[in-house]
Amino acid sequence: MHQEDSDQAKAYQQLVKKTQPKKPILKNVVWAFLYGGMICLVGQCIQTAFMATGMTSQAATSPTTVVLIGVGALLTGLGWYDQITKRGGMGATLPITGFANAMVAPAMEFRREGLVMGVGAKLFTVAGPVLVYGLSAAFVVGLVRYLVTGVA
Amino acid sequence: MTFVWAFIVGGLLCVIAQLVLDLTSFTPAHVLVLFVVLGALFGGVGLYRHLVAFAGAGATVPLPGFGYTLVEGIAAAVKTKGILGLLTGGLTAAAGGIKAAVLFGLAAALIFKPKA
Repeated sequence: MHQEDSDQAKAYQQLVKKTQPKKPILKNVVWAFLYGGMICLVGQCIQTAFMATGMTSQAATSPTTVVLIGVGALLTGLGWYDQITKRGGMGATLPITGFANAMVAPAMEFRREGLVMGVGAKLFTVAGPVLVYGLSAAFVVGLVRYLVTGVA
Repeated sequence: MTFVWAFIVGGLLCVIAQLVLDLTSFTPAHVLVLFVVLGALFGGVGLYRHLVAFAGAGATVPLPGFGYTLVEGIAAAVKTKGILGLLTGGLTAAAGGIKAAVLFGLAAALIFKPKA
């Protein structure tokens, strides 16, 4: 009986594999490179503009991030970032504009569930995990460096 | 030259993320979490700093740059505040981005209606 079950399961897995549309990996990778590269190039232009006002490149990073997050949120609101992500894949999701998109899109979609559990909670659908694990990883890394070197 | 390297390095980071997405069963959210943690790790061992010096926004705009910012902020805060900096440094360095994301995110979600 069990043997039969596992045979069926295997056959099912094979069927799933066969009928699942194949991911066009090469195409995805090329688009991810172009979109990701382009967004970072725009970021570099914004950063260079801030540096022209006398900021160091390090000091210009934070306002550049703020501008890109604003642009990402705006394009998501207009419904354009979805189009960018459709083709760019991780090239559109990995840059900080994609992080803004990951906050705004679910918050818009779940607005009907209210301002608190809809908008307020869904803003952190993706940002929440990123902050939790990012902050925790940074703490552990900082702690280890502190213990090893005496400074973090 | 920074412009060229920003494009190439930023693009390549996204390519790695795309490969992780396509070749594993990770969702995009998993990939983002993985990359922010990797950014913190590579920041911690001092490698990401070189990438930032070399590629500028190509390294700071993708999400690993966020992990790197957290680690660098901790390092700076520990210098001035001692061990308490381990708790305050990360968010202090990332405060601008996080606050902007919350404010702009809230504004966009309130102003715009999702397309049907």
